Amino acid sequence: MYAAAFSYHRAASLQEAVKLLQDLGDDARIIAGGQSLIPLMKMRMTRPAALIDINFIPGLSEIQNSKGELRFGALARHADIEDSSVASAIPIVHDCATGIADVQVRNQGTIGGSLAEADPSGDWGTALLALDTTVVCFGPGGRHTVPFEAFIKDAYTTVLAHDEIVTAVHVKMPPKGSGGAHLAFKRSAPVYPTVSASVQLTLEDHNTCKDVRVILGCVGLTAIRAKEAEAAVRGKSLSEKNIQAASEAARAAAEPQSDMRGSAEYKRALVATLVKRAIAIAARRARGEHAEAGHEYVGR
Amino acid sequence: MNMSDVKKVLVRVRVNGEAREAEVEPRTLLVEFLREHLNLTGTHVGCDTTYCGACTVTLNGRTVKSCTLFAPMANGAEITTVEGLSKNGKLHPIQEAFAACHGLQCGYCTPGLLLSTLQLLKTNPKPSTEQMRKGIAGNTCRCTGYQNIFKSIRAAAAEMEKR
Repeated sequence: MYAAAFSYHRAASLQEAVKLLQDLGDDARIIAGGQSLIPLMKMRMTRPAALIDINFIPGLSEIQNSKGELRFGALARHADIEDSSVASAIPIVHDCATGIADVQVRNQGTIGGSLAEADPSGDWGTALLALDTTVVCFGPGGRHTVPFEAFIKDAYTTVLAHDEIVTAVHVKMPPKGSGGAHLAFKRSAPVYPTVSASVQLTLEDHNTCKDVRVILGCVGLTAIRAKEAEAAVRGKSLSEKNIQAASEAARAAAEPQSDMRGSAEYKRALVATLVKRAIAIAARRARGEHAEAGHEYVGR
Repeated sequence: MNMSDVKKVLVRVRVNGEAREAEVEPRTLLVEFLREHLNLTGTHVGCDTTYCGACTVTLNGRTVKSCTLFAPMANGAEITTVEGLSKNGKLHPIQEAFAACHGLQCGYCTPGLLLSTLQLLKTNPKPSTEQMRKGIAGNTCRCTGYQNIFKSIRAAAAEMEKR
């Protein structure tokens, strides 16, 4: 399959990329890993007249632990994050990176591209909402940061102006006694999840939930923060009854649509199950126990 | 935009150790660049939708789906295709293992699976079955049911450990 014809421009710096976006106009798009954009272009669901390739801009792939934050360059590939001992300091980040699509896609796709694409089924959009995340953007006025909860406005829509680019993603280290998990269920490895769920919680003593975030992916136009689910466990013990209440509240908070991945009812059932599992795993991790979490699929 | 309006782009790569170049339309996919412009037809087009992995090649040491990269994005890259696996007419141990263990039937997915196996064993010389499953999760085979592929990977790992 061929994409519609476009002109190709290789940016050597962020300044040049911004200038190209301004000069080439509204039909120009940035390309990073291309793992979402290229399939969309091949299916002619989008037809940019110009592509600006930022893969050759140096210094955009670093992963650092600095000033209490994990800092990811926008071009850090999912596989870079999966393999990074620095990034594994936040388990939820590792769960997410290691479960995205398959080896080949993780080798090429980028964290910055995933956020800028704002696909409602994208894993990073769900996992990073469970943490204190800021997106670093670069435009004609220089660099500025946007809290992640304000960055994605709608499906495939961010606050980025046409001449702005994501350059980095900063994730605050969770406090001591905090644990998280990102879980997803997908039909097979290469596809987007049917449903994903991210939970980050902080324990006060061994079993009281001091603070918590519950995020649902793939079941709305953007990732959904399930506040009623959080209220069901915040300030309370993580008893089976309270976890069940949180899982039911999450089921109610989901806004799924029936599609080829499953019926709305099926997706709600998945939400309830994944949230229940994610809370249990997050709690074990908060206690310092080892617990596996990640993407489930047939043939795994 | 008309095709005639588009400026062609010179793409220079090293494929299987050899410097190659061609001037192509920017929308040329890497797999088409390899097959149609460099005449390296070992890399297959399967689903053409980033699913099946038949088009898998190694780009700067890491596997990618070459149907999901525009050729200009690979400029300057070091690429290995299935044609680069054998050395001096002798098959790579991974190729030997797939042949010996019947790791293929129709063979269409095999070029991609060989390169995914190479990537897996390079990072993990003794993978568990679970790790093998994860390592080739991006490659679809509709013939074998995968069991003989796992046998092949185990045999290749054992042989490569000896060398």
